[in-house]
Amino acid sequence: MAKHVVATTEEIPAGGRKLVEVSGRAIVIFNLSGEFFALLNRCPHEGGSLCKGYQTGLVESGEPGEYRYSRRGEIIRCPWHAWEFDIRTGQSRCDPQRMKVRSYAASVMPGAQLLEEVPAATTFPVRVEGEYVLIEM
Amino acid sequence: MNNVAATPSLDKTAVQATENGPVDCDIHTRVRTIADLKPYLSTQWWNYLKTYGMRARHGFAKAPPFPKAQPNAARRDAWPPDGGFPATNLEFMRAQHLDHYGIAYGIMNPLVATGQGDQNDDLSAALATATNDWQLDTFVNPEPRLRASVVVPYEDGLASAAEIRRRAGDRRFAQVLMMSRTAEPAGKRRYWPIYEAAAEAGLPVGNHVFGYSGWAGTSSGWSSFYIEEMTDHAVSCQSLVTSLIMEGVFERFPGLKIVLIESGFGWMPALGWRLDRAWERMRDEVPHLRMPPSAYLRKHFWVSTQPIEEPERPEHLLDTVDWVGPDRIMFASDYPHWDFDDPRLALPSALGLERKRAILSGNARALYNLV
Amino acid sequence: MSMADAPEALHSGNWTMSETQGAIDCDVHPTITGTRVLAPYLDGFWRDSLAERGIDSLDSISYPVDAPLTARADWRDATGTAAQSVEQLSGQVLDRWGHRTAILNCLYGVQLVFNEDMGVAFTRAVNDWIAREWLDRDSRLRASIVVPMQNIEHAVDEIDRCAADPRFVQILLLASGEMPLGRRACWPIYAAAQRHGLPIGIHAGSAYRHPVTSIGWPSYYIEDYASQSQAFQSQVGSLICEGVFAKFPDLKVVLLESGVTWLPSFLWRLSKFWRGLRTEVPWVDRSPMEIVRDHIRLTVQPLDAPDDPSVVRRIIDHMRSDDMLLYASDYPHWHFDGDRTLPPGIPADLLQKIQVENPLATYQRL
Repeated sequence: MAKHVVATTEEIPAGGRKLVEVSGRAIVIFNLSGEFFALLNRCPHEGGSLCKGYQTGLVESGEPGEYRYSRRGEIIRCPWHAWEFDIRTGQSRCDPQRMKVRSYAASVMPGAQLLEEVPAATTFPVRVEGEYVLIEM
Repeated sequence: MNNVAATPSLDKTAVQATENGPVDCDIHTRVRTIADLKPYLSTQWWNYLKTYGMRARHGFAKAPPFPKAQPNAARRDAWPPDGGFPATNLEFMRAQHLDHYGIAYGIMNPLVATGQGDQNDDLSAALATATNDWQLDTFVNPEPRLRASVVVPYEDGLASAAEIRRRAGDRRFAQVLMMSRTAEPAGKRRYWPIYEAAAEAGLPVGNHVFGYSGWAGTSSGWSSFYIEEMTDHAVSCQSLVTSLIMEGVFERFPGLKIVLIESGFGWMPALGWRLDRAWERMRDEVPHLRMPPSAYLRKHFWVSTQPIEEPERPEHLLDTVDWVGPDRIMFASDYPHWDFDDPRLALPSALGLERKRAILSGNARALYNLV
Repeated sequence: MSMADAPEALHSGNWTMSETQGAIDCDVHPTITGTRVLAPYLDGFWRDSLAERGIDSLDSISYPVDAPLTARADWRDATGTAAQSVEQLSGQVLDRWGHRTAILNCLYGVQLVFNEDMGVAFTRAVNDWIAREWLDRDSRLRASIVVPMQNIEHAVDEIDRCAADPRFVQILLLASGEMPLGRRACWPIYAAAQRHGLPIGIHAGSAYRHPVTSIGWPSYYIEDYASQSQAFQSQVGSLICEGVFAKFPDLKVVLLESGVTWLPSFLWRLSKFWRGLRTEVPWVDRSPMEIVRDHIRLTVQPLDAPDDPSVVRRIIDHMRSDDMLLYASDYPHWHFDGDRTLPPGIPADLLQKIQVENPLATYQRL
């Protein structure tokens, strides 16, 4: 596995997302309150492009009539059939064990450290003062 | 962590099968605003429309009775960059859908502002004619891959027949369009002028889900949720099919062909078996039927694929395809709606190349007389 | 082909009576020929009202009295009526066919009246008539509680009243009533059912509060009868989507005379939509297919299928559970000739389950 720089942290504000391509794969990067997550951009159902989907919260229920809403913005719904995926884990809500979208480890690294540790990580332009999102694949 | 196994991939037959260009039997182009119809309406009707509006057989002036799951029931990615509604921008639709999938022909089934099922039959008739003219000017004339449907004010059988006759012979129209939830079951005689004119014109009648019958959504009253309404379209479709058969519509109009659009097709074998069993006991009630009900089903009905049923075991759907008849099933995308089916991925891969080709293209080309 | 020769083989469909000996018959129908039959079980005011107001009949068009399906010709007596006495019913179902028990589901049109109080009076009378003139006279018989759906509170009262008699083994509802059965207004009935350990039996038929179909009134009776499978589909959708089984995890629902084969494809569609529409009904926490396998059962007569055993086997495979089918003759409704109570094509290897094990698992009181 290798680390790839995919974005500056600046270009993906909290609640935002960015579509990138790494090794021929379309990956969508999310920023949840400063934490970054990376998912393959293809819905496992019929291949819808997740980066075009709606970002919403988690709806759970203990009994009919109860709507327990939490984790606003942490669920991405496929733009087509609206399947819900947990941005943090890639798991679907409808079948968490068997239906997932591939997720990739994402991390943040300051430019200076990046230039030292992973000099050939990417063709992405890296500056010492910057802060960067990396994914591992 | 096996999370990629479910990622659909384009198997070889899927790609091959779409090489000749799929025929998409259900595309929902629409007006940008109601003003798009103004050029096709009289001053009287335009003023009426602005003042009193359309009034379906439900209470909402602008919204559907069961709110959709996504705005306008559309795919999130189908909103064109010009800010208009999905499927209003031909250029965007070409890029995202027609060109993207190499669609050879697309049949349009307009749903918005068509006036079908409006409480006012005369407004319904005016809007139907307007919608038909609008389809030609806006989409069919500039885009040779598209075909229109003859929208009719179906609650008025005679006015509908007149509209069909007005369009008969115009090959830009592929079929007549009705909605599935009519004020009475579809086989009732008040609708026969529609079938007569359609059969005369050599046009299939496409029966698309929705419409507002004025009755509760089920035989036991109103359900609560959109998911129930969506599922119940397959249910009301069974009632309409039963009516068409039992009323003897196909004895009276032996050339009539019916396309059931967006109700799926999984229900069809069980309905055929049920009707045959009932007919074994009660055929004396319907002596005008000269063959078992399932024979009429097999002879006069076609179904579109979308929303394609998803059994836990995909091979179970193959049984259904065999029982319905692979020659009866026609691909539909339902573009730009959220429950859209991708032509390369929606069909079970085990169908094999030949059946896929028939479903994606051959059956529709034959039914709609597309070269 | 006998079961001993090829236990795995598909049955030819020509069942002999020996193969249905000892079966539990989950759906038979006693006939009420007129309100006068119930008169002894009504209090003075209602009894006299029958005569004073000329209330003679609550016959429902769900089963027109002389229609062929309503009663097989050779089961009708000299008056043209079938199953109006214990002798007729037990003689045929229990003695001749050797069924160990039969569950009586009375379909007399007491659900059709609009007056709540009249509804209470008539349903009490029906249940008392069943207890005195049927259950008391043949200890092999069991029955469902008929409830006055005109008023849910009264329905619960009637359930509580009749549940005290252990020979009542189910609560009987019709496939089409005032509102979809999943709606919360109906829940006190399910609470009572769960409390007493009674399944809900939903039987084909209607109270005709709404047209026969969601698209209005058809012309023919054959359409009314055929449309029952549609009524069941909507009801299954309602029960699941409203979360009845989430709220009442011990509840079992039996679909009586539904036709069966509509179920798998209906669930394919509902479950497909659920995967994307889950947030509208977030208490539906697993696929509707799983919920149905746990909570819903279906009687096998009639079975809407061709005679071909290989097709029947495929459909049963589509249901993905051997636990769901319950044996029933549906006597005296006419679905078969002679003594062939089992639909053709039912696999031999499922016989014991369908006839005994599944009914015992469903009806705790048996």
